[in-house]
Amino acid sequence: MTARALDPQLQQPISPVLVPRPWGTWGIRFVAISYLAMMIVLPLTAIVKTAFQAGPVAFLHELASPIAWEALKLTLLVSTITCVINTVMGTLTAYVLVRFEFPGRRLLNALVDLPFAIPTLVTGIMLVVLYGPQGIASAWLEGLGIQVIFAKPGIVLALLLVTFPFVIRSVQPGLIEAEKDQEEAAFTLGASKWGTVYRIVLPTLLPAILTGRLLSFARAVGEFGSVIIVAGNIPGITLTAPVYVYGQIESDNQQGASAVSVILMTLSFTLMLTVDWMQQRKEEVRHAG
Amino acid sequence: MPVSAASQSQAQRKHSFVEWGLIAVVIAYASLLLLGPLAAMVWGAFSEGFARFWSEITSPDVLHALKLTVLLGGGATALNTAFGLAIAWVLVRHQFKGKRFINGLVDLPFAVSPVIAGLMLILLFGRDGWLTPLADAIGLKLVFSVPGMLLATTFVSLPFVIREVMPILSQVGTQQEEAAYTLGASPWQTFLRVTLPTIRWGLLYGISLTLARALGEFGAVLVVSGGVSGLTETATLFIFRSLDDRNYVGAYSVALLLALISFVLLILIELFKARRVES
Repeated sequence: MTARALDPQLQQPISPVLVPRPWGTWGIRFVAISYLAMMIVLPLTAIVKTAFQAGPVAFLHELASPIAWEALKLTLLVSTITCVINTVMGTLTAYVLVRFEFPGRRLLNALVDLPFAIPTLVTGIMLVVLYGPQGIASAWLEGLGIQVIFAKPGIVLALLLVTFPFVIRSVQPGLIEAEKDQEEAAFTLGASKWGTVYRIVLPTLLPAILTGRLLSFARAVGEFGSVIIVAGNIPGITLTAPVYVYGQIESDNQQGASAVSVILMTLSFTLMLTVDWMQQRKEEVRHAG
Repeated sequence: MPVSAASQSQAQRKHSFVEWGLIAVVIAYASLLLLGPLAAMVWGAFSEGFARFWSEITSPDVLHALKLTVLLGGGATALNTAFGLAIAWVLVRHQFKGKRFINGLVDLPFAVSPVIAGLMLILLFGRDGWLTPLADAIGLKLVFSVPGMLLATTFVSLPFVIREVMPILSQVGTQQEEAAYTLGASPWQTFLRVTLPTIRWGLLYGISLTLARALGEFGAVLVVSGGVSGLTETATLFIFRSLDDRNYVGAYSVALLLALISFVLLILIELFKARRVES
């Protein structure tokens, strides 16, 4: 990176050469902003307006309907469980992938991104074929007395699968960058192996872990395609908020659908803005140092 | 540093008992979550033989659904590539009030459940929708029709190109572009000859992510399509309907086909990502 890119004073995006061509500049800016206004601002306004069209009391009334309330609670519960498991397993997976050599490491590393590419509906089907009532592992699971599909564990499993890459992919670069120097220094100075991991490795990775888990939470809250397949969608028991929204659209209750949607969107969007803010701060710290 | 080198090679040569334990846990987790279900679906698709699989994925309904999926995926990708480039350019190269706000808005489709994306379009273009009179006036039917599904698919895959191109644009700076201007190139020439080659791998990475997302879109399209089977049925919608009709082999077969397409796209994605990091 040149000094120019780092120095904010030098990085004046509009070059003097561009100024004599205001039509092109204004044209492209107009196109860009109109596209975002049409595709994002307008639909967003429509949903917020519909949610509040009968006033805040009606909005709260929609949220307080027993099925909507249970659906929101369930979504929060399964997203939180997913997040916790992801934090532990994602960090561990990233650590193992970066630090250890073992047969199949490259394959596993390539497979991590698969849930980003595979349609979530297909994800749901994969889980039903293996863990479902007529599934391959059903006899074994029944013997253990566990119902996975059409029950809460199935929802968590689906969410774990679709959010599998988030924590791993945000922790990995930091782990590679940190290299083993610090770990080895601590180790040489007499810290125990796991003491080193706990005291040196984990604290430096914390921001990345937090980023990964916020992103996976935001993703889990809105997940639909895989959940509608595995959940069974029993109101009050396995009906998540996005599936509830779908049901309300189908039964023409646009206001109820919009009210729950506003809550879900606010939650995810706040989390994503937090992530953006954290990353910006990290960049600033890096540039200052 | 002999100590570090020695310990490093030692760490690579043999793992302690605990380390093998950790590796085993990670592999077991990935198998339960990813490999096992993937293998099960392959088995499910071929459970009644290859001939059955083949007849399922070549049935007229499926072929029609695949055509529509490719059409929507291609259309959404084209729109988001063209407009995404413009938006990335404006957000990096221009300074104006409200830029940060607009930058934040770009991520919204990632934060919105696909069902909610579908709901937004119903609110705008459905019965009593805000823009329905306008759409009627120009004779465009957007709900329960292919144009509406295209709009839904475009919405959910909107941020990828923008988010992949922006960091590269801001990293390369304007020096080379200014040099080209000064030497008399038109803005369009500068873009084609200077900017585009610099950002191409990042752009291709963004395009392949967009395409993967668009081909697999389900929730938004389900809401907007209205389930007019045959006419507005994409591959994912076909799978959903087949499950309802208890045509399990059909559902698994098309699901496997979509998974295979994702595999190919994933390989492309990894390739472009590696090239982007190199350059």
